Amino acid sequence: MSYEELLDMKPYSLNREDKHRFLTNRLVELTMKHKEGCSEYSAILNSIGFRVDEIHSYEQLPFLPVRLFKELDLRSVNEENIVKTMTSSGTSGQAVSKIYLDRATASYQQKTMVKIVSEFTGTGRLPMIIVDCPSVVQNRQMFSARGAGILGFSILGSKKMYALDDDMKLNVDELKLFIENHKGERILLFGFTFMIWQHFYKELLRLKDEGITFDLSNAILIHGGGWKKLINESVSQEVFFKSMNDVCGLSDIHDYYGMVEQTGCIYMQCECGNLHASIYSDVIVRDPFDFSVCEKGKRGIIQVVSAIPESYPGHSLLTEDEGEIMGEDDCPCGRKGKYFRIFGRLKNAEIRGCSDIYAEMFNK
Amino acid sequence: MPKEGILKKREVDKMTNLENYVQAFCETLEVSEEQLTGLKYQDVPLWDSVGHMNLIARLEEVFDIMMDTDDIIDFSSFEKGKEILGNNYDVVF
Repeated sequence: MSYEELLDMKPYSLNREDKHRFLTNRLVELTMKHKEGCSEYSAILNSIGFRVDEIHSYEQLPFLPVRLFKELDLRSVNEENIVKTMTSSGTSGQAVSKIYLDRATASYQQKTMVKIVSEFTGTGRLPMIIVDCPSVVQNRQMFSARGAGILGFSILGSKKMYALDDDMKLNVDELKLFIENHKGERILLFGFTFMIWQHFYKELLRLKDEGITFDLSNAILIHGGGWKKLINESVSQEVFFKSMNDVCGLSDIHDYYGMVEQTGCIYMQCECGNLHASIYSDVIVRDPFDFSVCEKGKRGIIQVVSAIPESYPGHSLLTEDEGEIMGEDDCPCGRKGKYFRIFGRLKNAEIRGCSDIYAEMFNK
Repeated sequence: MPKEGILKKREVDKMTNLENYVQAFCETLEVSEEQLTGLKYQDVPLWDSVGHMNLIARLEEVFDIMMDTDDIIDFSSFEKGKEILGNNYDVVF
């Protein structure tokens, strides 16, 4: 089945059996495509004695550790077909993942993201406030995860403004004017969780004490990028939610989970606070000791599969995040598919070099 | 207005629309008019995802329209763009 056909379906419309069938077909197809196109990937599959006729479910497919994309240049198409290279965010000196996109993969990513997020924002484009600085999208050759996230989302915006300047200071007057100009309209706010807290929330709070207030009760906030820094500041999801609500009336707030290695397939948080897998991807929780699939309610390592990647072998990846499945097809919000939560990065579980981990994962 | 006048106005609109369309491409993507025929997304350095949104913003401003996300994604070439604007937004070329 082609990815285009999958895109014609609604993101949360398939029940377990149907999704399982579709996804298994597509992911097996991708595994074979990458085996053919990427010699490193092919060598990995050969070394574990992979045989496609033994695969009956996508849960049985091999998974690569995400950090492998930091260590190797993995792509399954010729270099001249690469139109965009994306990199993960990393501190200076740290290796970054490099993800190579061809035309088709880049386009699937964008279409998928729009399909998923439109389920929350509606199909029309909204005036959009980007809680970041404009310079983050300026290096066009190499997209950081941050820039790619902003660009991907900006297609959902009609009129756009960057709320921060390049010194990460809030553009107070411009923000005031923008909100005024779009009074009565639903506004889309987008940004990364920590930046929203640090440079938006804290500034709004300070301004509130000076008597300057902003009304964003009509807005929808979509934010992602992880909680690590905020947890260090003892800011839980509940605190974040309540603080935003208190300072500017925001109540429609959605976190999302996603990674640059599988751009497009983001996992949106629903009204009930749960992260949801769409039909384009899935999460599997694995036991950290034997990599078996964990039952609902059991913590483990998050594996992600995505039906998108055609130009690099990133359709089945083991992350370094810890999480648990909370249920499937029965979230009170009405969306089908698995819903889950993330507890953050694995503690002390630096996943070792790629060769070791393969040995451990597959020689069972 | 006599029939001839209406026809003329439509012709003038067509001309201006095409000029504006061409100009939006040339200015936002920094290409010459000669490069436009057959020009596709990702063919020139500035028509990347950043440039794409700049181009769309420009066209929306010039023609006073708001495009759907699907149309923005499908807007994959100089010709395809004309087709989209013509079919979905009543911009005559």
